[in-house]
Amino acid sequence: MVKLTIREERCKGCGLCVRACPKGILQISSTKINQKGYHPAEMTDAASCIACASCARTCPDVCIEIEK
Amino acid sequence: MATVFKKTSMLTDAPFHYCPGCTHGIIHRLVAEAIEELGMADRAVGVAPVGCAVFAYNYFNCDMQEASHGRAPAVATGIKRTLPDRLVFTYQGDGDLASIGAAEINHAAARAEKFTTIFINNAIYGMTGGQMAPTTLVGQKTTTSPYGRDSSHCGFPIRVSEMLATHEGAYYIARVSVHDTPNIIKAKAAIKKAFQYQLEGKGFCLVEVLSTCPTNWGMNPIEALDWLKENMIPQYPLGVFKDKEGK
Amino acid sequence: MTKVLMKGNEAIAEAAIMAGCRHYFGYPITPQNQIPEYMARRMPQVGGCFLQAESEIAAINMVYGAAGAGARAMTSSSSPGISLKQEGISYIAGAELPCVVINMVRGGPGLGSIQAAQSDYFQATKGGGHGDYHLITLAPASVQEACDLVQLAFDLADQYRCPAMLIGDGMIGQMMEPVELREPVKRELPPKTWATTGWDDKSRPRAVVNSLYIESEDLEKLNRRLQERYAEIAKNEVRYEAYHTEDAEIIVFAYGTVARIVKSAIAKCAEKGVKVGLLRPITLWPFPKEAVYNAAAQESVKGLLTVEMCAGQMVEDVRLAVNGLKPVDFFGKLGSTLPTTEEIVDEIIELRKERA
Repeated sequence: MVKLTIREERCKGCGLCVRACPKGILQISSTKINQKGYHPAEMTDAASCIACASCARTCPDVCIEIEK
Repeated sequence: MATVFKKTSMLTDAPFHYCPGCTHGIIHRLVAEAIEELGMADRAVGVAPVGCAVFAYNYFNCDMQEASHGRAPAVATGIKRTLPDRLVFTYQGDGDLASIGAAEINHAAARAEKFTTIFINNAIYGMTGGQMAPTTLVGQKTTTSPYGRDSSHCGFPIRVSEMLATHEGAYYIARVSVHDTPNIIKAKAAIKKAFQYQLEGKGFCLVEVLSTCPTNWGMNPIEALDWLKENMIPQYPLGVFKDKEGK
Repeated sequence: MTKVLMKGNEAIAEAAIMAGCRHYFGYPITPQNQIPEYMARRMPQVGGCFLQAESEIAAINMVYGAAGAGARAMTSSSSPGISLKQEGISYIAGAELPCVVINMVRGGPGLGSIQAAQSDYFQATKGGGHGDYHLITLAPASVQEACDLVQLAFDLADQYRCPAMLIGDGMIGQMMEPVELREPVKRELPPKTWATTGWDDKSRPRAVVNSLYIESEDLEKLNRRLQERYAEIAKNEVRYEAYHTEDAEIIVFAYGTVARIVKSAIAKCAEKGVKVGLLRPITLWPFPKEAVYNAAAQESVKGLLTVEMCAGQMVEDVRLAVNGLKPVDFFGKLGSTLPTTEEIVDEIIELRKERA
């Protein structure tokens, strides 16, 4: 079981994690918006996450934490 | 539950002021993790530049000094020669290191100063709004090369790693990138190696990291990664240009 | 003539080009980046030379070279970059070369802030560089005045073979105002027979641009020559604005953007029945000593106040000029912020009470 947390208030919606994810299960939310006005990233299919941490590694704001 | 990935305590919890998608954030993390993994978290002293990373002293969780524009290598020389057992590093952009600081970095390498420089190359002046840098590519449009850099007017970009590798005092010079996961992993390895050499008392080490500037390149963060791969790598090939240990 | 809405930095650059500047060497630093950026666009259009130097030191030395070769050369920077240029400026002064340096002042000391300040007065007027020299120092209070003064700067520099500085608190460069870009009035200027243009004209002596005078008698000759020139400039080129100073109770001394805020304060004081005048130096060097003294010496004047965006620099020149006749009070903003009209009004009212 993988627990992936995104700090939505720190996310700038840059999209680097979406590009990096080999499973294609990250997207920039079209509904959520944070205090700074950014649309944060969100996971679309938690069950498919393999905890490769590509997203966490590429996140320029170090917003992503992964536990397994 | 086991931790797979967690933010290192070698970074403070201050939110980065960098633009969305700016790779400064990735590189800060690599530097911080490398320092922590080498057990030097409370024995590191960093020198911040003038540039987008001017506030680096707010992000690295260690003692830091602010240097004037380009002079970080001189400041680091002063620090390391005062505190030889600390891990001393400079973190500099291309305007800072290759333009106004060109003399300082060359002499630090020539003198085999025992500190490590992390050199962020994004081919532009970010903080001041996108002016041409010594690393700007021929044809690249910036606010001070509005018609595209014209080599017949102001020459060609500087390849810092190759230049510094010619100094006998340079111990380890490498160029890496952070535009995708495999390269991020290689970048971290190079940075860690550069720090390791410092701990072993070897000479001057520098890691040049190709980096994006979506805002001043005028593209979104993903396009910027592609631009880096397609345009910067041909000009600035990745690899190790000097390693006195030959490993 | 039509007026154009322009940003100070860009207007200054255009005015310089209209004054015949065809060689600009600069470097990025906030808050004057629009000057090199504008020059990068415009200079090629007029067949001039724009170059971003590797540093401010390189830029001032490029100016030295171009000026020594007879060009109207200019550079621009902000406080920390101007600090770097000091050696170069001293060399330019010692080599008796003309040039124009623009300083868009930001907060200091050190890396300071990026917002407007007036803390480079000492640096500009008391010689930020080494040796006995002076910089003709012009301080505009509006974008229009900045344009006019840039053109004057080139003329004065050429006429007196002396570096000239246009010093604006960072606001002047950043604000946008309507500007009439006028063709400068043509002035009779001495030919630059001293310039190193290549000695194909043997009717002039071989040109050597230099500031090294290793024999003391020679150095003394240079310094006497410079001092005489500075005396001439001080005699002929003082500029200032006297605003409602006649029969005022309080005279305020201020320059640049601060002077404009003082004018608002003067209007507010008039509503309260308090007569306040402003003596606004336009040339910070040569300082309008006589005008300052004369304004202060009026019998009606009970109080003198200097207002600056710094810890107190021009106030020293005001005090020197007033020569102990009356006390000079000071109000300063230290954090790179503009004083408000209310703050200045309060200071004036307070001062008036004290001196009553």
